Amino acid sequence: MFERPGRFHTGRATGAEDQEWQGVSGTTRHTHNRHKSIFCADDNHREEKQMSDQKKPGISRRDIIKGGAAAAGMVTASSFIPTRFAIGGTAKVKVGILLPYTGTYAKLGTNIKDALQLRINEAGGKLGGREVEYVNIDSEAAPPKAPELTNKLIKKEQVDFLVGPVHSVVGMAMVKLARNNGPITVIPNAGANGLTGKLCAPNIFRTSFSSYQPGFPAGQAMLEDGHKNVVVMYWNYGFGKETAAAFKASFLAGGGNIVKEIPTPFPKVEFQAYLTEVAALKPDAVFTFYAGGGAVKFVKDYAAAGLNKSIPLYGAGFLTEGVTGAQGEAAEGVRTTLHYADTLDLPANHRFREAFLKATGNQADVYAVQGYDAGDLLIQGMAAVDGDVGARAEMIKAMESATIDSPRGKFTFSKAHNPIQDIYLREVVNGQNQVIRTVQKAVEDPAEGCKIG
Amino acid sequence: MESSFYFIQLLNGIQYGFLLFLMASGLTLIFGIMGIINLAHGAFYMIGAYLCYWLTGITGNLFTGILLAIPLSILFGYAVERLAISYLYQRDHLYQVLLTYALILIANELQSILWGNDVHSVPIPELLSGSVQLTENQAYPVYRLFISATCISLAVVMYWVIQKTRLGMTIRAGASNREMVQALGININWLFAVVFSMGAALAAFAGMLAAPVNTVYPGIGDNILIISFVVVVIGGIGSIKGAFIGALLIGLADTFGKVLLPEMASMVVYTLMAAVLFWRPQGLFGKV
Repeated sequence: MFERPGRFHTGRATGAEDQEWQGVSGTTRHTHNRHKSIFCADDNHREEKQMSDQKKPGISRRDIIKGGAAAAGMVTASSFIPTRFAIGGTAKVKVGILLPYTGTYAKLGTNIKDALQLRINEAGGKLGGREVEYVNIDSEAAPPKAPELTNKLIKKEQVDFLVGPVHSVVGMAMVKLARNNGPITVIPNAGANGLTGKLCAPNIFRTSFSSYQPGFPAGQAMLEDGHKNVVVMYWNYGFGKETAAAFKASFLAGGGNIVKEIPTPFPKVEFQAYLTEVAALKPDAVFTFYAGGGAVKFVKDYAAAGLNKSIPLYGAGFLTEGVTGAQGEAAEGVRTTLHYADTLDLPANHRFREAFLKATGNQADVYAVQGYDAGDLLIQGMAAVDGDVGARAEMIKAMESATIDSPRGKFTFSKAHNPIQDIYLREVVNGQNQVIRTVQKAVEDPAEGCKIG
Repeated sequence: MESSFYFIQLLNGIQYGFLLFLMASGLTLIFGIMGIINLAHGAFYMIGAYLCYWLTGITGNLFTGILLAIPLSILFGYAVERLAISYLYQRDHLYQVLLTYALILIANELQSILWGNDVHSVPIPELLSGSVQLTENQAYPVYRLFISATCISLAVVMYWVIQKTRLGMTIRAGASNREMVQALGININWLFAVVFSMGAALAAFAGMLAAPVNTVYPGIGDNILIISFVVVVIGGIGSIKGAFIGALLIGLADTFGKVLLPEMASMVVYTLMAAVLFWRPQGLFGKV
């Protein structure tokens, strides 16, 4: 149960236009606080707790008016922060962030968090005119811990927004808890199709991509490059399988032939046996899905086995994203499809990269872009309701129709709340992903199984 | 597929087996001989890899980097043994599990503070950066052959030290009967400190040597921990020879599992372990 009727009710009611009514209502409650019936009507355990708090002597009528309407009921209920005090002052809006700061995905988590905060700081450090309090939790990219950590943010911290995660399986757990009645959630990376497919919900948004998006256009890109017989290799887990499936759909439809499909155990990085197989099969090219440390190892092993000389290597963009420094020479000439490239020649991209470098001392990457856009989406949502998180329906409406002026190029959201975005074909030249061409414009995830919209 | 294909796969399997032995060799000493459940094995491996990356970066050469990193990792192992592990010899295994698990967390955090969370690569020295052409389109990197050669030498040296030298004799004696060795006037504390430091340094050395092929990234040590335990358990606890054979078996099983049973590739190794333990619960070369 994550319904928080009392919360929404109060949040909504504390909007500026309702302040007068609030003051009255709060006072009324106080004077009647020994008449249980009034509180029972409210049907909320938190209210009951507040009621018992109020029984303490020494809270004068004046204190309560001073504290404002919501505070009247909740002076000592520490977990609750009202959206607005009746007289001046603005409560902080709580943004819960669940990202990995340790382990393989540590760098991704850090970049997303930094860029999210950079975007909000650029907007004056406020959301809808309210100060922001970040509640950071290390997800460790560990699926077994995900439900507990998500609950901690939703129930204990009572966050207004949830941002995260990187790992798709953590994302599944998180979205299952947050969808519908939980806080408005923005996913800044996890690409599992299902997050904006079967699991889609009005309060779930994604500013990154679905696995389908970098995968599907890759089939077309490879055919355009003249590769008809292709070996498909990928890490055998959700993300890898979905990317490969999307690739196959367009590649086969365009008349391509898949010589062999080689799923490799995730997250193992011992590829030697498979590379020998690829060498023996002699395909025109290889399409892959690997990421992070695995991507570095794969690309280096591929080059060390001399395969890059005769069999061009392709992949979903993560193969060469944020890791070309570590891959060095081996990555030269590798072609990938993604919704972003460091070298994109767009004013928004130049501006962002400069600001990110200045703020963090690190070069931005696609993960940072996604975090940055998550920040933008929160800003637009909160601006539309003037900081009133209780105006949930209005905020969701504003977020759905938002246009994000992203470093990757402007994008809007699909009915399932996934970006509709251009996919670029990039090639590594001198350690940088250079855009070769835009493979497909406005790629929209089919959002299979999504019931909204 | 032609026979050359299977021949190359055989090479791959043996080479992977050597790499596994390198990874597991430190654990053979600490877990196999001293009987300490050392979950921090992967952490030592990770520290070795990062030290190698760091010192190679400073000195500009992999070999000098490794030569400098080895004494550092021995010192680190010694410090861990003196400050932490030595208090737990008399305790239950559970305490060792808790302590060494804590060491993993501490090491990971240290790594994040000292070296950040980027993925790094360690350059292979000019001398070993070439490759041998195997078929018309596949080559074999010389550095991998170098790793194999190092593993064989290491196995021989370890076997010789444990089986043939006085130090080795005392270690084996200390492992089978601690009190008796003490009664004979041997400083068992010193002995175990030496073994633990050697074990930790071996794990770190494996990390250093594998760094150029594996690349260096956070969590690199987590992946090798389980497979190292599998190697030691299959080989028989306390047997260097067993660990060596076990590592080769797993290397071959893993490689041919991937080729012949691709759908079950990740299960093959564990199935092999289950089969071996069913047949010989003490492992291939373990004493009953």
